[in-house]
Amino acid sequence: MRKYAIEVKGLRKTFGSQTVLNGLDLTVPAGTIHALLGPNGAGKTTLINILSTLVSPDEGSVRVAGYDVEKEKDGVKRSISLTGQFAAVDDILTAEENLRMICRLSGLSKEQSQVRSQQLLQQFDLTPSAHKRVKTFSGGMRRRLDLAISLVTSRSVVFLDEPTTGLDTISRRALWDIILGLRDQGITIFLTTQYLEEADQLADTIAVINDGRVVASGTPAELKSRIGGEVIELSDSKDQVIRTIPTYGNIHDVSRTLQELSHTLPKDTQVSIRKPSMDDVFLALTTKQEMKGAIS
Amino acid sequence: MNTSQPSVKSASLWVTNSVFIGRSLRHSIRNTEALIMAIMLPVMLMLLFTFVFGGAIDTSGNYVNYVVPGIILLCAGFGSSSTGVDVSNDMTNGIIERFRTMPIQAISVITGHVVASLVRNLLATGVVIAVALLVGFRPSANVLEWLGALGVIFLFILTFTWLFAAIGIVAGSPSAASGYGFILLFLPYLSSAFVPTDTMPSWLQGIADHQPITPVIETIRGLLTGTPLQQQGWIAICWCVGILLIAFLWSILAFRKRAGRR
Repeated sequence: MRKYAIEVKGLRKTFGSQTVLNGLDLTVPAGTIHALLGPNGAGKTTLINILSTLVSPDEGSVRVAGYDVEKEKDGVKRSISLTGQFAAVDDILTAEENLRMICRLSGLSKEQSQVRSQQLLQQFDLTPSAHKRVKTFSGGMRRRLDLAISLVTSRSVVFLDEPTTGLDTISRRALWDIILGLRDQGITIFLTTQYLEEADQLADTIAVINDGRVVASGTPAELKSRIGGEVIELSDSKDQVIRTIPTYGNIHDVSRTLQELSHTLPKDTQVSIRKPSMDDVFLALTTKQEMKGAIS
Repeated sequence: MNTSQPSVKSASLWVTNSVFIGRSLRHSIRNTEALIMAIMLPVMLMLLFTFVFGGAIDTSGNYVNYVVPGIILLCAGFGSSSTGVDVSNDMTNGIIERFRTMPIQAISVITGHVVASLVRNLLATGVVIAVALLVGFRPSANVLEWLGALGVIFLFILTFTWLFAAIGIVAGSPSAASGYGFILLFLPYLSSAFVPTDTMPSWLQGIADHQPITPVIETIRGLLTGTPLQQQGWIAICWCVGILLIAFLWSILAFRKRAGRR
């Protein structure tokens, strides 16, 4: 098996005068879950669109499953599936018709399509709704169908653009289980998410992008350790968090920070010290605030 | 989890097209409101023009015989305009990205909508002719002339459907597609569809005589009821084939261009 499922070097993309991707480098080992984080407008969707051949890169080399996205489009298309931000399912057709349509388009015979659709309906817990029109489905059901459709034929790389946005907690957990199951089959999963907890729970590696560049990458634990040892969290009397400050976690740094703050904040301010979360990492990396000193 | 996951082959162009045609036909049947509209409109127009306006418009002879070709085209234009909305729906709701990232000829999705529109509109034309016969339409055509007239109607529907498909691809939203389509639907009124063009003021007559609908209508009318044909048949075919080619190329280019937009 190939070592890297995705290799991006020096990728640039501009739309008109706006530079969306500005020399982006990224590698994703095969058979892992990779999460892409970044604020809105950082270029996440553009990157996914380039990786899935929808948009052409301006500069740089981009290989997916070993194929060049410009010169070997068909090879890429045969190796990937894309689940976009909005479930790409046909509302007017039933769940089963949706699946059979994609099976047929993927080159399966009528009989194979029938068999495969039944398998997927069962696997994604959609058999009871197989003959209902998708228009009547809940958000979670649509997402499951969308994912089922993506997996009609074997793919080595699956792109998920914000797969759990708008889902309730139960549907989200169910989808996480499915995604973890895919990795266990050896499929590489490349996902974007706005839920940092999701990246923390699911991803083997994370890349944070900002202004069209990767500003940090690594395992969730590595990223958290980059921000320092402990985070001081200050809350007001109503238990509202008013400030979080990363520290190196040693007694000197913590006491110095608290001393500085004690002059400016009300006396009833509550202090707690905790391990950094992905949110802290994200904020530290994508905003240019006083935290900058603590990273490096 | 699943060991029997089949590997990817590419579906043949034939399979791809027939899958998309089947999909669009299903859409047509399930969109009940549009289907009822497509059948009711010809019936209502036929009755309206024959019994309400017909008495006041003198075309020296039976007005039903005069107006049938006009109503066929009006309904065909209306029916094909819904293709713009269908195409735009697909282009804007994300499903097109799915098709585009599959190893298939994604533009076949448009072919599916075009074929479904042809089927719908030929059915609507059948309804117009049936109702017309019931309210007194007496064509003089022989079998060959009937076939010729149907051929011209077929070409007209195909042309306008592709044109609306192209509009659907470039339109930003389904309602925009429907809006642009609406403008084209006025063309039949500025033609010889409902009144002879020589009853119009001369400036309008100039427009009416030199737009695509008039020769198409005169051709159908000539073939079905024996009015003089002259060169109208050829002019009609030239208009349709010309517009069809432009619409076809326009949709292919617009479809490709749209890929790079997001």
